[in-house]
Amino acid sequence: MKLTDRSKVLEQDELTLAERLYIPAVASGMLTTLKHFFKKPITIRYPEQKRYLGPVFRGQHILKRDEEGAERCTACGLCAVACPAEAISMVADERMKGEEKLYREEKYAKVYEINMLRCIFCGLCEEACPKQAIYLQHDKMAPPFLGRDEVIFGKDKLVEKMDDRYLREGWK
Amino acid sequence: MEITSSLFTAKAIYIGILFLVTLGIAAYSTYGERVIAAFLQDRVGPDRAGPWGIAQPLADAVKMFMKEDFIPSKANKWLFIAGPCVSMLTALLTSAVIPFGGKMTVAGVTFDLQGIDVNIGILWVFGIVSLGVYGVLIGGWASNNKFALIGAIRAASQNISYELAMGLSIIAILMITGSLSTNAIVENQMNGHWNILYQPLGFIIFIVCAFAECNRTPFDLPECETELIGGYHTEYSSMKLGFYLFSEYINMFVSGAVMATLYFGGYDFGWNNEVNEAIGMFWGPLIGVLALMGKSLFFVFVFMWVRWTIPRFRYDQLMNLGWTGLIPLSMFNVVLTGLAFMLEYTYGFNHWITSAIIWGGLVITITGALMYDNATYKKKKAVIA
Repeated sequence: MKLTDRSKVLEQDELTLAERLYIPAVASGMLTTLKHFFKKPITIRYPEQKRYLGPVFRGQHILKRDEEGAERCTACGLCAVACPAEAISMVADERMKGEEKLYREEKYAKVYEINMLRCIFCGLCEEACPKQAIYLQHDKMAPPFLGRDEVIFGKDKLVEKMDDRYLREGWK
Repeated sequence: MEITSSLFTAKAIYIGILFLVTLGIAAYSTYGERVIAAFLQDRVGPDRAGPWGIAQPLADAVKMFMKEDFIPSKANKWLFIAGPCVSMLTALLTSAVIPFGGKMTVAGVTFDLQGIDVNIGILWVFGIVSLGVYGVLIGGWASNNKFALIGAIRAASQNISYELAMGLSIIAILMITGSLSTNAIVENQMNGHWNILYQPLGFIIFIVCAFAECNRTPFDLPECETELIGGYHTEYSSMKLGFYLFSEYINMFVSGAVMATLYFGGYDFGWNNEVNEAIGMFWGPLIGVLALMGKSLFFVFVFMWVRWTIPRFRYDQLMNLGWTGLIPLSMFNVVLTGLAFMLEYTYGFNHWITSAIIWGGLVITITGALMYDNATYKKKKAVIA
């Protein structure tokens, strides 16, 4: 009994001798694999070679300095508020006289810490920052750590080095 | 007396070198297998140990030795140990009769580049290869594990089935040469007059049987992971497992060398005598050795190439192919070769005509079979809902 009128009669041939001989199929299969033998590998030797992951990849955080080398961060705490993982903490301090070269605004972050075990690299801190001070670098991944004492990244690891400035695509 | 002793020394050194080279090639075959697999699958392959992963076999060996050497409590201890030993022993013995080169003269001593020049060379290979199945069988049985036992039984029945077709395909070679000696077979093929010209079908049968004898994909049912965990080496670990795997690679290399010897002229590369005269009796034969090595390694590459191309056969398909496919085909091959050589002897044809008769007979038979099949095959109708 037919349940629907959509059934089709399919002509299925018995295997011909050429198909039962295996040899034509084996030869064509081996030709296919031989073509792949001479192709360039799709995979890379990872730690030595790295792929470009795009301009929006969210990697290791960086605390930017301005053109004169002064830290942009004013310790407003918006990034800490925005952080869904509560990974960011900071201690604010007032800029003293003679520190204008170091800090751009009158207030700055004396301590700025990101707990890298908590951070989920969502990038909300970058969006929240009104001073363009914190960014997630698109070309540098967070380094691996082996002990719990290496987990909390302070200003020594986060603040931008003037001889190795971070530039994102589209910036001057 | 002095000559005998120096000949003995030369042979001893030769056998020692052959032993080391075989082991070295087997070790690097494991690396080659992984690299070739990677290339065929568009990957990079092992590259951590040394430049391009060159030291990978060393790392693997260290890993194998460091692992716990476990013997199951219910296993038959001595047979369990004997299994891999027999496998390794038989794998290494096979290369004794293969002529790796012609006569070489070193420091005034002339000797064959062949372990032993027995007049039953090919029979020796067959005897040892048949013994090789004991290694698998003993190991599988002694493990006291149903998967290992099934794997061992599969190996035994598969090897016996395919040895028949292999033997019959060699009969045709023996009809051409008239000798069982491997040296005579190679000398008969000198100067590019290779047996493949007469034995295209025989070679195909032989290589398929060699796959089955080495337990390589598509006939690796004795160690079929999807059905039998590890097959006959399920219970093995450490260097005992290493011996099994190693003997498989040695077998691959040696069967490559046997195929080169039987069908591709062994150490012949076309101008052996001229080269020997030109650069002397040391370097000339060495080039011959390299030619044979190249041919053998090419076959090792083919083994790997096939492994990463063709999926595994089902066991009934394997038996079906062996008994109803290859054995009748090899019998046909014997008849065709006999006919061609009878015509050659009767009418005094030269060997090109004999070759043409064999190829022509093959082509006519295949075309005839295809046409007959085309005329008689039935169409099945299936309803797809």
